[in-house]
Amino acid sequence: MSEIVSHRHRGISLHRINAMVLRYWYLLMSSWPRLLELVYWPTLQIITWGFLQTYISQTSGFFAKAGGSLIGAVILWDILFRGQLGFSISFLEEMWSRNLGNLMMSPLKPIEFLLSLMIMSLIRLAIGVIPMTLMALFFFGFNFYAIGLPLILFFCNLIFTSWSVGVFASGLVLRNGLGAESIVWTLMFAVMPLACIYYPVTVLPVWLQYVAWALPPTYVFEGMRSLLIDHVFRADLMIDAFVINAILFAASFAIFLALLRAAKRHGSLLGGGE
Amino acid sequence: MQQNETGQGQPPDLRTTAADLQARAADVNGPAAIDVAHLVKLYKATRAVDDISFRIARGSITGLLGGNGAGKTTTIAMIMGLVLPTSGRVEVLDAKIPEQSYDVLGRMNFESPYVDMPMRLTVRQNLTIFGRLYAVNHLRERIDQLAADLDLKEFLDRASGKLSAGQKTRVALAKALINEPDLLLLDEPTASLDPDTADWVRQHLETYRKTHNATILLASHNMLEVERLCDRVIIMKRGKIQDDDSPDRIMARYNRDTLEEVFLDVARGRMREGAS
Repeated sequence: MSEIVSHRHRGISLHRINAMVLRYWYLLMSSWPRLLELVYWPTLQIITWGFLQTYISQTSGFFAKAGGSLIGAVILWDILFRGQLGFSISFLEEMWSRNLGNLMMSPLKPIEFLLSLMIMSLIRLAIGVIPMTLMALFFFGFNFYAIGLPLILFFCNLIFTSWSVGVFASGLVLRNGLGAESIVWTLMFAVMPLACIYYPVTVLPVWLQYVAWALPPTYVFEGMRSLLIDHVFRADLMIDAFVINAILFAASFAIFLALLRAAKRHGSLLGGGE
Repeated sequence: MQQNETGQGQPPDLRTTAADLQARAADVNGPAAIDVAHLVKLYKATRAVDDISFRIARGSITGLLGGNGAGKTTTIAMIMGLVLPTSGRVEVLDAKIPEQSYDVLGRMNFESPYVDMPMRLTVRQNLTIFGRLYAVNHLRERIDQLAADLDLKEFLDRASGKLSAGQKTRVALAKALINEPDLLLLDEPTASLDPDTADWVRQHLETYRKTHNATILLASHNMLEVERLCDRVIIMKRGKIQDDDSPDRIMARYNRDTLEEVFLDVARGRMREGAS
């Protein structure tokens, strides 16, 4: 074997993960529309919901007491949604540029590829959500970071869910080509009504509450309301969410590998089109 | 070449039997870079590759010829592990594909018109990323060396999407050589290149093979290129191997002066007519 290459092909390689993160970083920095897109929707969201929160807190005693639970819910929802989009869009970039064959033929392993997508989802999230939280603070007086330690647990649970959905959606696109691209953009919205972002779980019919409690974000949004409205931190909810997230993530990774294998069986990796 | 009354070459009855092909498939001295046995790929009812076997010697250049839909790309994709065979066995550099792919992917590379490199990234950025994926040492120097060898210097810092077709082909070749692979799989390596650049790329591939004792498997429609570069030619048609030998011996067997004439004979089934 040529001495030009290091023997770094066994195990998980940080070097290769780093290379992929660099690839997406180069792309992001070379395209101002991509950067603008990251902050555009979160900014619109916070402005709209911030004014709504201001209005209803003036007219409703409950929302005045709820102290920014709407804005908090909007920001946490954005972490969930943008986390998945950040993951999936980086994946789609490979499909759009017809680069997937190059990557699959390189020593890059699927787990390294997914880890690099997760890192990029965090980077893209930071670019979009940090300005959003600062706007909430300066324009609507809601200090997102005052949530403190629970915020870290909320964040971790939501980002894990977003990665699970991202891994699953990417597997579907891998197997079915860009014809399945719309799934990437819409899949998380299927979670939205059941995750009880803006209302408590008890609003749902009893049978639907069982479905809601199967979703980790439900625990996070219930936990947030408990903290902001009742000033009680529910550690039990966070632990339950972590357990479900672990199962969800393992399942979505297994499904991704199965879909990758199916794509190789059907020859979809060379085309990548519709 | 023997001429018949109409002036056309008269192919003698030298049909290649399955036994001949099997014997040639095994006729590789020493360890094989690629060892394919009874490879089959079915897409629903279509037999894209139909029970093919061949071994390719290390340090050789082999051409894979065939018309559209002959099964060349599917064969190469199965060798790379991008497509799973329905049945049969593929071994590359002594590793079973796809089970042991990651043992050898760092020693292989490829170029294909079915893939592109990210268009917004500059040539240097793309080569940097692939160099890192392949864990290339002294990457900056390696990129400079490739830029000099493949004449990329003037557009090294230009976005890959803004290159001409010929420039893109050279960049794809640079990516394919970034890790100095022991095995290089090329699909139409000189497509879109002007004759001068194409000739220059062929020279580069020949030199690379000699200096690195590399094995090259290339699929091409450019018969002159295959004649000039390849020690051996495998002709495919409808998923099967129609012939497998050195270019000279194949041309002699078909009683033709060029591989292009042989290709047309095979594509149009003339051998069977001549033999019947």
